[in-house]
Amino acid sequence: MPKNPNVHRVMVIGSGPIVIGQAAEFDYAGTQACRSLKEEGVEVILVNSNPATIMTDKNIADKVYIEPLTVPVLEQIIEKEKPDSILPSLGGQAGLNLGMELEESGFLKAHNVTLLGTTAETIRNAEGRQEFKDLMERIGEPVAASLVVTNVQDGIDFTNKIGYPVVLRPAYTLGGSGGGIAHNQVELEEILENGLRLSRVGEVLVERCIAGWKEIEYEVMRDSAGNVITVCNMENIDPVGVHTGDSIVVAPSQTLSDKEYQMLRTSALKIISELKITGGCNVQFALHPTSFEYCVIEVNPRVSRSSALASKATGYPIAKVAAKIALGFTLDEIKNAITKKTYASFEPTLDYCVVKMPRLPFDKFITAKRTLTTQMKATGEVMSICNNFEGALMKAIRSLEQHVDCLRSYDFSALDADELRDRLKIVDDQRIWVIAEAIRKGISYDEIHDITMIDNWFIDKIASIVEMEDKLVEAKDDASKLTPELLREAKRIEFPDNVIARFTGKTEDEVLAMRRANGITPVYKIVDTCAAEFDAATPYYYSVYGGENEARETSGKKKVLVLGSGPIRIGQGIEFDYCSVHATWAFAKAGYETIIINNNPETVSTDFDIADKLYFEPLTNEDVEAIVDIEKPDGAVVQFGGQTAIKLTEHLMKIGVPILGTKAEDVDAAEDRELFDEILQQTGIPRAAGGTVFTAEEAKEVANRIGYPVLVRPSYVLGGQGMQIAYNDQEVEVFMEIINRIAQDHPVLVDKYLQGKEIEVDAVCDGTDILIPGIMEHIERTGIHSGDSISVYPAPTIGKLIKDKITEYTRRLAKALHVKGMINIQFIAIMDEVYVIEVNPRSSRTVPYISKVTGIPIVDLATEVIIGKTIRELGYEPGLQPEASHYAIKMPVFSFEKIRGAEISLGPEMKSTGECLGVSEHYEEALYKAFLGAGVQLPKHKQMIITVKDSDKAEAIQVAKRFEKLGYIIYATRSTAAALNEAGVKARKVNKIQQESPTVMDLILGHKIDLVIDTPTQGRDKSRDGFLIRRTAIETGVYCITAMDTANALAKSLENAMEQKNLELIDIASL
Amino acid sequence: MKAFLILEDGTVFEGTHIGADREIISEIVFNTSMAGYLEVLTDPSYAGQAVCMTYPLIGNYGVCYDDMESRQAWPDGFIVREISRVASNFRCDCTLEEFLVQQNIPGIAGIDTRQLTRILREKGTMNGCITTNENYSFDELLPKMKAYATGKVVEKVTCPEKYTLAGTKNLEDNGPVSGLAVFDKDAYLAGKREPRPSLVTELNGAGLKVALLDFGAKKNIAESLAARGCEVTVFPANTKAEEILNGGFDGIMLSNGPGDPKDCGPIIDEVKKLYDSDMTIFAICLGHQLMALATGADTHKLKYGHRGGNHPVKDLKTGRVYISSQNHGYVVDTDKLDPNVAVPAFINVNDGTNEGLAYTGKNIFTVQFHPEACPGPQDSGYLFDRFIRMMRGEEK
Repeated sequence: MPKNPNVHRVMVIGSGPIVIGQAAEFDYAGTQACRSLKEEGVEVILVNSNPATIMTDKNIADKVYIEPLTVPVLEQIIEKEKPDSILPSLGGQAGLNLGMELEESGFLKAHNVTLLGTTAETIRNAEGRQEFKDLMERIGEPVAASLVVTNVQDGIDFTNKIGYPVVLRPAYTLGGSGGGIAHNQVELEEILENGLRLSRVGEVLVERCIAGWKEIEYEVMRDSAGNVITVCNMENIDPVGVHTGDSIVVAPSQTLSDKEYQMLRTSALKIISELKITGGCNVQFALHPTSFEYCVIEVNPRVSRSSALASKATGYPIAKVAAKIALGFTLDEIKNAITKKTYASFEPTLDYCVVKMPRLPFDKFITAKRTLTTQMKATGEVMSICNNFEGALMKAIRSLEQHVDCLRSYDFSALDADELRDRLKIVDDQRIWVIAEAIRKGISYDEIHDITMIDNWFIDKIASIVEMEDKLVEAKDDASKLTPELLREAKRIEFPDNVIARFTGKTEDEVLAMRRANGITPVYKIVDTCAAEFDAATPYYYSVYGGENEARETSGKKKVLVLGSGPIRIGQGIEFDYCSVHATWAFAKAGYETIIINNNPETVSTDFDIADKLYFEPLTNEDVEAIVDIEKPDGAVVQFGGQTAIKLTEHLMKIGVPILGTKAEDVDAAEDRELFDEILQQTGIPRAAGGTVFTAEEAKEVANRIGYPVLVRPSYVLGGQGMQIAYNDQEVEVFMEIINRIAQDHPVLVDKYLQGKEIEVDAVCDGTDILIPGIMEHIERTGIHSGDSISVYPAPTIGKLIKDKITEYTRRLAKALHVKGMINIQFIAIMDEVYVIEVNPRSSRTVPYISKVTGIPIVDLATEVIIGKTIRELGYEPGLQPEASHYAIKMPVFSFEKIRGAEISLGPEMKSTGECLGVSEHYEEALYKAFLGAGVQLPKHKQMIITVKDSDKAEAIQVAKRFEKLGYIIYATRSTAAALNEAGVKARKVNKIQQESPTVMDLILGHKIDLVIDTPTQGRDKSRDGFLIRRTAIETGVYCITAMDTANALAKSLENAMEQKNLELIDIASL
Repeated sequence: MKAFLILEDGTVFEGTHIGADREIISEIVFNTSMAGYLEVLTDPSYAGQAVCMTYPLIGNYGVCYDDMESRQAWPDGFIVREISRVASNFRCDCTLEEFLVQQNIPGIAGIDTRQLTRILREKGTMNGCITTNENYSFDELLPKMKAYATGKVVEKVTCPEKYTLAGTKNLEDNGPVSGLAVFDKDAYLAGKREPRPSLVTELNGAGLKVALLDFGAKKNIAESLAARGCEVTVFPANTKAEEILNGGFDGIMLSNGPGDPKDCGPIIDEVKKLYDSDMTIFAICLGHQLMALATGADTHKLKYGHRGGNHPVKDLKTGRVYISSQNHGYVVDTDKLDPNVAVPAFINVNDGTNEGLAYTGKNIFTVQFHPEACPGPQDSGYLFDRFIRMMRGEEK
């Protein structure tokens, strides 16, 4: 069937801020879908509150609304833009829920808007727990015994019937929020209560526990004519019990015979046909490991993280095809974009093995529980491709950038066999390392399997890696054992040179020399969807050792290597993918051949049609060098890929690849304390006093010299990793110990902590002139990481004097550092003085946002400058650009509820996972939109709790007065209440946790509280009370503020709150 | 031990020897299925060929004898990237390596199977040799390789004598319906393994008798009919048409099989007689080609064939596309087709080649692909139900 002639204007709903469980994959899917829609001449109206996305670019959609994703806002946009259809299945669970609410309320029908793709009825059948169960029963597809409950007692009664343990799954939540496994009644009550609250419809499924079964997923597609295909199946190495987002996943399945494979495939197709899904869908199965019994776990009638993974794993662009299907095309009418010969109605077949590993945030949240459950915790993921499993796993491990590169990276050798047996019972992110140690200690495959339920085939593969490690270690004492054959085999299973060097006692250079002497170098194969059965037009490569090289010789064009930013983690998110993709496009426009290297399957940059060539490879020195050897690029650009790319600079230069833009030594000068101090002195720019140290003793010496409080931080990190404010010697010791747990190549910085207004600029410098698109001011004072601060453009409270100083300092710094391209600088303004905090001669997290609101395409300009143009040639007057007529306020968004035990109070180390934007002509409205976009919809009950440290009490009184005026009833703990009452604010005193009921905890758990303002006591708050209050607030869905500036901002927003339907909505594309 | 795969174009791959220790010369073909290596090995259509699996990790779940598609393994040789040293599946009887030895099939592992596939795709299917002789002489091998032809392999693979498979009397006898299996811990601990699940939910073939001409039939063709209640009598390939036509059957099934259909001269004559009768006939793969040749159409060899589990075929009557299991090197020419005899019923969406014919004015339909699956997608299993309805006169 050809395109539906009634579709001309489509509204696409994005997924909003990046949170755990809903990340960059929806930007990838949305961008691909929008491009696919535009290809068919359809006008696209895009709504997404997340400014860091590529989908919100004006070259991706025709109309772009960076507005809060709420029903009233969407209704207003529909009234304004009059789309004829709406496509909700690309914006994750958030987008789908909104689409459903618009449909259910009758709004769409009243405005003649059609829901494209999968129908509302289908979504209800797939997502509603009871509807889904009924449907499965009707078509004879098994589901685990379960009951949907709306209250705790029903849950207890049912569980008593089917027996513990049970799994609890709230309906309509993302990433399994609020779910869990209950082994007894206490746990059941706790999880169930929480789940009922988090579910949009107040429903939780109580289900027989099938933990330990094989978890298998199928990505399936169906068109309106009823044609069905499976794109890919995937097997979770971690059996049922660990969220698939946190599991190590392999594609295709490895341990299923054809009988099991086809049984589940047929079931998946039966389900998608019965549900009448049009588009993509993910079906998850639990398969009993020793029988043909299986259960359908769940169905996601939309694109998902798994579909992004399947797209990258196979080369089959699911979102693109889903968009075409939504327009009415059938699978046999849509061309296969990889072969350009065959059609979308076929099933990809792989001739390689794909491994996905989650990027878990436990390095950020050191207090958090590392255990993995049905609640997803990963912030991102890496994928790797190889023609053997060991190799794919080894590549994935080193792609994580978590100081791991082999199966000895976490050391469990101190545990004896019995201790290991106990340790194996713990399901966490280190489990495969524990299994490796168990194998070393001689524990049998069967025993490891019985404890972990991981299939013996995977255990054997881990054993195969362990055996290789042992052989290499043997060669340490007897060099003759490092034969070319052994080396060849080690490389076949992707042991990196540095690991081989470490084990054999050689240097990396010696290993490389031995490899080259024996012709052991990687070759590149193509991901072609068809196992070489047809010629592929798309250069999407992965490396293997041995065999034929398929990387093609290319044209006489100049070649540029664009290094991606690896897995999404806190501090290095989707913004850097935005920058990498835009740089790639800008280079292509300037006539370059572009090559991207990246390992993140969720991103736009790893879509095979972004660059001329895509190498899906780890971002390490060795892996990049191997690509350089083949491609011989004319230069590499590292300033767009975050710290991941910057780290590769030194090696790229060593192997003779010119770094385009700012030189490596200048990047160093910005990071190296002594060099940087010299530059500051030359340029006459003040900064906080400080020094560089390696040990705690040195750190204390510096701290005492300059006076507490001090800021302690490692150099060469992003997102303020490990950065802390220390108020005394003891804290310095603690922080230094944490930082030095990982060997530091560079010194630790200890600086005087200055409190003032924090200002941030991104600028482009052509070597002579600079261009500052705008100055951003943080609402929170210094001390809170810029990524976690509310950031306002144009800076509202600083005057011309400060702005001029900032512009001048930026110019001086950019020139002194010989910046060519991007630079990001953070300043502190105290009275009329401006100090520099840090300088990053690279792109930053604020670039997409400031580009969009100023309409100045910074990455494109920076790329042109790197190529050799000047700012004037590009048509810009150097210096600070005129301020926009609109305020744009960037609000950080956190995922604290997903990470049990994580400390939520804000400080110099970044904790937010995403951001949203509020845009308006009026500051207050922009602020209101920003809070709304971040999911802060207040007031509800108009009751709040204030408990602050002594130094915040004066400010707390002012804040309390504002909330009192807003009609809030204020509860406060003893000393805060006393201070408030004394100042004439009516505050009700509540007891602390350990005192008698009702305590502050009872209040929060009673769900009558809108808001908790809790500022932690000095430094890293270790008091159990504050921590518990904050955690409880977060876990019960109460908004919790830990800085007085944020509290004032919220008060301001609420004082000016307006009806959502009266918000002025702005098409960013028209700015 | 080292092993070599030598192609007639001079390409040599060095790898590791697996399976039986003997030298073979054969036609080298590739299969793109990611699972189902045992079904491939035991598909008689591979007789006279050496098969390369494009999926690199083979043998992971070992060998389960229940899943064999015929009485033995047939290919001359087996070519893989990596053979698993462990076999991990609750039903497995032995490792793949053990099976290859047991079945006297030599093979080679550790070669770049993707490169081999690309060569076969570019240059077309060719002959080759697998040997462990490091001192082989290419010049001596070349004429032997050139001279190799699969020949009259149908005779080799067909059943020696006719036999009958009783139709299922009670649905439960088929084993659990897919999705309804329940783990029985006691039975499992006692060493009993579950039968594989069935997709059949209705004994619509009960009371029908089918004659199946075995040109190298995969077991699941007969079993697909028997599971629906049909009584299936399997006849050797050289059976005379008269014997079948006089056997009191409701329908005839022509099976898949190996080799060039034009090497089956005498069989084609018998198939012509079957065509001339008024019997309901359903044919698969080689059977489909033989019926075409018997009725005046022509066949030709494809450059590198269709072998895998991901081939889209379009039902021209409904426009629906099904993903099918395929294994054929020859194809029916549609340009010389007489519409008074037969019209295309299915085409391959990838390359537009013929995938099925509907015979004009006859109760005959034939397909090039494999509705019996094993290995591969089960999507076209509905064709057995169509055959049953045709035998019952409920569908033309």
